[in-house]
Amino acid sequence: MFGLTIEQIAFIFRGAGWTIVLSLLGFVGGTILGLPVALARASRRRSLRTGSGLFVQLVQGIPLPVIMFVVYFGISIGGYDVPALVAAGIAMTLYSSAYLGEIWRGCIQAVPKTQWEAGECLALTNTQRFVFVILPQALRIAVPPTVGFLVQIVKNTSYAVVIGFFDLTYSAKVINNSTFMPFTVFTLAALIYFAICFPMSVLARRFERRLSRS
Amino acid sequence: MRGCALSYEFDFSFLNDYLPELWHGIWLTLGMTVVSIVPGFALGTGCAVGRLYGPPWVQRLVTIYVEGIRNTPLIIQVFWLFFGLAVLQVRVGPFPAAVIALVINVGAYTAEIMRAGLQSIPKGQLEAAACLALKPSQSLWSVQIPQAVERVYPALVSQFVLMMLATSIMSQISAEELTGVAYMIQSFTFRGFEVYLVIAGIYLVMSCLLRLTLLGVAQVSFPRRRRLGTPL
Repeated sequence: MFGLTIEQIAFIFRGAGWTIVLSLLGFVGGTILGLPVALARASRRRSLRTGSGLFVQLVQGIPLPVIMFVVYFGISIGGYDVPALVAAGIAMTLYSSAYLGEIWRGCIQAVPKTQWEAGECLALTNTQRFVFVILPQALRIAVPPTVGFLVQIVKNTSYAVVIGFFDLTYSAKVINNSTFMPFTVFTLAALIYFAICFPMSVLARRFERRLSRS
Repeated sequence: MRGCALSYEFDFSFLNDYLPELWHGIWLTLGMTVVSIVPGFALGTGCAVGRLYGPPWVQRLVTIYVEGIRNTPLIIQVFWLFFGLAVLQVRVGPFPAAVIALVINVGAYTAEIMRAGLQSIPKGQLEAAACLALKPSQSLWSVQIPQAVERVYPALVSQFVLMMLATSIMSQISAEELTGVAYMIQSFTFRGFEVYLVIAGIYLVMSCLLRLTLLGVAQVSFPRRRRLGTPL
């Protein structure tokens, strides 16, 4: 097919599977770490705000490939020999938690102040106010940008190629090295990425429109 | 094996030995970024105008370009271009290939940002331009685009900083920018962790500097802000 054998195409698709695995890992990890970051960023305590702000600035000011390398070599000097998936997963978690934290901070702060005041009038405690009044509303606002950021996560897993993680980019590179048909191979890889990302982009836009209408 | 963690000694002596290489990497990274910003911005603005005011076929073409680029990773685009040109027997060095890929990439993102900027301009401005008998092209050039740039400037700055960070994969096509230099030092000294910590610090400083520089450019070049001190 297009000058590639079935085995070669299957090899590329196997890489695509690992791209999805790493994306999910990055998103789940990013959610677990990103939620506290968002809460700390929106907190009333100044120390929490500056601390989490520094973390976000740090991660957003360093290229993801370099984060991958730091994690990869950092683990190995600890004397542990871990597969590239773990290192890439940790790096993706750090990366997406910083961005998701910032996105969700915006969503929490986008809930009108009057909602906080209304909660207070109803004699809710701080936690109750946050969990039952603010969070449900913030979640609704958070859906479109979060889906949009998923696209970034999927695309940025391609940087894991620098530490030799077997993802779609890596498998495409290997096949290109052996066949030297860059247009075919990389167009196929780009189409697979596009097939994963484009529906999510469309979905994000649709959610956004629905939100702005209501 | 646990003991290794405790007995690991940091060794930053490579900093002295490889200083010229590091400088070279920094300059290449900055060079790639600066060279790509202006054409990337021009391409993006052109595409935004084309998508909003162009004939239907232009609109469709720009949409395909923007969506295609925005939904695929930069590294695949770079490989496609670099190895593809090699197959076509076109000899392009890694640096020009990297710049071309960056321009094409950042153009697509800029197009979306500028489109949002152009759409956010109040109708009254367009009517005022029409009242002054400006041609559509004049209105676009001297009313809409300057205001759009001023409105979306923070987003543009973020995009350009992200682009600078993204140059770090250009070592994959053997453009020896900072990350490529780091890999080279690491393979000679086996001090991977220290090397990349230092590189991370350098990138952090560079992204701060780039952001500050671009914001400084805004202070000087937006006359409203300079004279009145108020944002748009």
